[in-house]
Amino acid sequence: MEDMIFYDRLQFAFTITFHYIFPQLTMGLSLMIVYFKWKYLRTKLEKYNNAAKFFMKIFAINFTMGVVTGIPMEFQFGTNWSKFSELTGGIIGQTLAMEGMFSFFLESSFLALFIFGEKLMGQKLHFLTGFLVFLGSWASGWFILATNAWMQHPVGYEILDNGKFVLENFSALFTNPWLLPAFLHNQFASIVTSAFVVASIGAFYILRNKQTEYGKLFLKTGIVFGLISSILVAFPTGDWNAKNVATYQPAAFAAMEGIFETEEAGAEIVLIGQPNMVEKKLDNKIAVPNILSFLTHQDWNKQIPGMDQFEENELPDNIPALYYSYHIMVGLGTIFIGVMVIALFFLWRKKLYTLKPLLWVIMLLVPFPYIANLTGWYTTELGRQPYLVYGLLKTSEGISPTVSSGNTLFTLLGFVALYMLLGLLFLVLVGKTINEGPKHQTH
Amino acid sequence: MEIFWYIIIAIVLAMFFILDGYDFGAGIIHLFFAKKEKDKEVIAKSAGLFWDSNEVWLVTAGGMLFMAFPTFYASVFSGFYLPLIIVLWLIIFRAIGLEFRSQFKYQMWKDIWDTSFGVSSLLLALFFGIALGNIVRGVNLGSVTNGVSAHEGLYFFLPLWNSSFSPLAEHPGVIDWFTIIIGFISVITLAIHGANWIILKTNSTINNKLKSVIFKLNIILTILTVFSLFVWQIVNPNSLDNFSNKPYLIIFPIVYFIGLIGLFFIKKIKKDSHAFVLSSLLIVGGITSTLASLFPIILPSINNTHEHLTIYNTSASEYGLSVALTWGIIGFILLFIYIIIQKRLLAGKIDHMDYGH
Ligand code: HDD
Ligand code: HEM
Ligand code: HEM
Repeated sequence: MEDMIFYDRLQFAFTITFHYIFPQLTMGLSLMIVYFKWKYLRTKLEKYNNAAKFFMKIFAINFTMGVVTGIPMEFQFGTNWSKFSELTGGIIGQTLAMEGMFSFFLESSFLALFIFGEKLMGQKLHFLTGFLVFLGSWASGWFILATNAWMQHPVGYEILDNGKFVLENFSALFTNPWLLPAFLHNQFASIVTSAFVVASIGAFYILRNKQTEYGKLFLKTGIVFGLISSILVAFPTGDWNAKNVATYQPAAFAAMEGIFETEEAGAEIVLIGQPNMVEKKLDNKIAVPNILSFLTHQDWNKQIPGMDQFEENELPDNIPALYYSYHIMVGLGTIFIGVMVIALFFLWRKKLYTLKPLLWVIMLLVPFPYIANLTGWYTTELGRQPYLVYGLLKTSEGISPTVSSGNTLFTLLGFVALYMLLGLLFLVLVGKTINEGPKHQTH
Repeated sequence: MEIFWYIIIAIVLAMFFILDGYDFGAGIIHLFFAKKEKDKEVIAKSAGLFWDSNEVWLVTAGGMLFMAFPTFYASVFSGFYLPLIIVLWLIIFRAIGLEFRSQFKYQMWKDIWDTSFGVSSLLLALFFGIALGNIVRGVNLGSVTNGVSAHEGLYFFLPLWNSSFSPLAEHPGVIDWFTIIIGFISVITLAIHGANWIILKTNSTINNKLKSVIFKLNIILTILTVFSLFVWQIVNPNSLDNFSNKPYLIIFPIVYFIGLIGLFFIKKIKKDSHAFVLSSLLIVGGITSTLASLFPIILPSINNTHEHLTIYNTSASEYGLSVALTWGIIGFILLFIYIIIQKRLLAGKIDHMDYGH
């Protein structure tokens, strides 16, 4: 059983990780494209329209990747997790079907119009189609997070004698206390990604000394969006999520914060340290006393249960990975705010465009928001273990009873090979688009 | 309520095959008949503009199946594990073929993606037909050997094929001689449909030639259809019972035959859109006739140990189905608005459309 499930988990983790590289940019970038288009309508300066069209090209390539890697995600619920689908489909099927109905149709119908229709329908309508694409992509995030929120914190269900979950209260799916904080945090995090991408392309143009007019525009826009979203990601939304985890998944909370032992007089916050699972402690720890209790409960001395308070089989099965994921996300989040504050300072002093070292930093920072987003999801997903539906359905009870691990390994290898190819093509095509730049428009 | 959802999902699936069907068909035509670069380009574009919104119908059908008939979804998706994952890979190759062919001007680059688009369209059409064949034939639910089940009665697992390739074996595979025939029917139907689409949406130089291609394909299709009706009787002797018990169901095969006969007059048809409607009738008629012959079964069991999967023993709760109906209706209204807007703005031939134009 254990090794049967291993490849299913690995395949799911691999394919969702690859999928999520793309939607995070889609969701953030669509907002920024709408912004450029709106600026164009207000100022009538051609450069804003060109900027919108330039990012539209990158968006289109990215969107294709999101779609083709997204379809396998939906199918895999049935192919690899059929027992889970059978038992919970009546509930999470709702939100997944609504995602298709209300967001994918919206997004894809208007995307073709936005890309091909500028001349056909005039500027105002063109802006509107862009806005609808943005709305569709955010709605998609909303429904998928509603799905995930139900798995993290199940609500509105009833369990029948045969083990099936049936829906009892539809609106509970959307008033789930887990949903709103997770959605907002996730959406701001995707704006972080897109802002860093835009700023990074801008820095590249300035450093290369070509298309510098656009370089400056992108850099400035990216920094403003980047600073605002980085702050919102940490506070209030990150903090809000942390409180939710502490309330609803205390075992996951102890593991991700690295609290092995419960402390009577309030919990410390761990900055650095490596989990040692044999001795059940953190090696080389640097921590500040009582801060965690304060952050979580606004009370310096409030007790927070450590991992010693939970049964072994209630704790996540990969504690070090969970712990590192969480600390990488938070660490990067702090760094993002720092860099953006510095960049804004120099922008304000009008020195940024000539300050090469900082431009290099901004240009090279682009992979890190992706890493922060992915490690954020690892925190969520690893923290939910050993459950698929928190507290109710174990991961090992969810897999397909008839699909052998040999077959799963075969398809996993296929996905790895295919996705390598996709990743390579994506980089080549985006690289080419960036290299040509916005001025390349053929009219 | 189950019947409602059964009908809705059937409609969504039929829409998927009408809409994405034409770009599968365009892929097949592209593979065999497009020789000049100009034609290749407009054909790829006639599919490329729309494949994404068309594929959403598949995604939504999947989501709805999951929601309304979770047990069926679980059983079928894990049982047809390998073919489904292969279909996913083909969908990926097709999409990137369409999207990436015109990104570089090199001939070799274009040739690679043209082949990727054409071959995966062909194989997908084949696989969809094979899938339909499997549903008609039924599977060994519970993987029963000599009366002993290997797992719960609603689960099964099919290999891609077994050495006999016979639909009558105790453990048939996904591909056998029966399902292959249905696969060919699907390829030819979609090729006709795609050719009609190309004629409708482009000014390609092969448009005239395509009309005689459609005529010839239609002859083959007629022969295969008649032949498949006979072998169907061998594979599933009860397949026509529903039609004799409920004679009004005959309407579905009639729709199919109207399409089939109408297409013989392809050269006389003045409006290209009429021909496109006829091939759409073929698709709708074919799918609905198959479903009607099985109803209310959705996956027959070929052993006597486990009962068939029907819309009643695989469905979600009554409450879930009825709230979903409410949002479903709202969703469809919105959807029709989008479609009308899209079709009006992108009406006519697409040869000259480009980024920003
Ligand atoms: C740019 C990306 C990014 C950045 C900088 C941060 N996060 Fe985050 N975080 C995410 C991207 C993300 C995410 C990928 O969007 C997650 C995964 C699931 C979700 O809803 O959002 C997430 C989840 C997530 C969770 C839920 C974990 C769980 O469910 O078990 C918490 C508690 C935090 N974050 C907390 C923070 C804090 C305190 C940050 C302080 C700087 C922070 N995040 C920065
Ligand atoms: C909102 C949508 C999501 C849903 C419904 C979902 C659901 C699931 C399911 C069913 C599994 C398999 C069972 C398991 O091992 O727990 C899983 C595992 C996993 N998911 Fe998610 N997931 C979602 C989003 C994500 C995202 C965006 C990521 C990362 C980018 C992610 C990362 C993972 C990882 C790493 C695993 C493996 C966990 C392990 O092996 O312990 N998930 N998730
Ligand atoms: C298990 C989890 C997931 C499943 C089953 C899934 C499913 C899908 C599917 C089927 C598509 C293609 C849609 C189309 O044909 O247009 C898609 C694309 C998309 N997904 Fe996912 N997805 C998952 C995780 C996520 C997560 C965690 C997010 C973000 C919060 C997300 C956001 C999007 C967006 C915005 C798109 C539109 C295409 C794009 O933006 O690139 N998905 N997803």
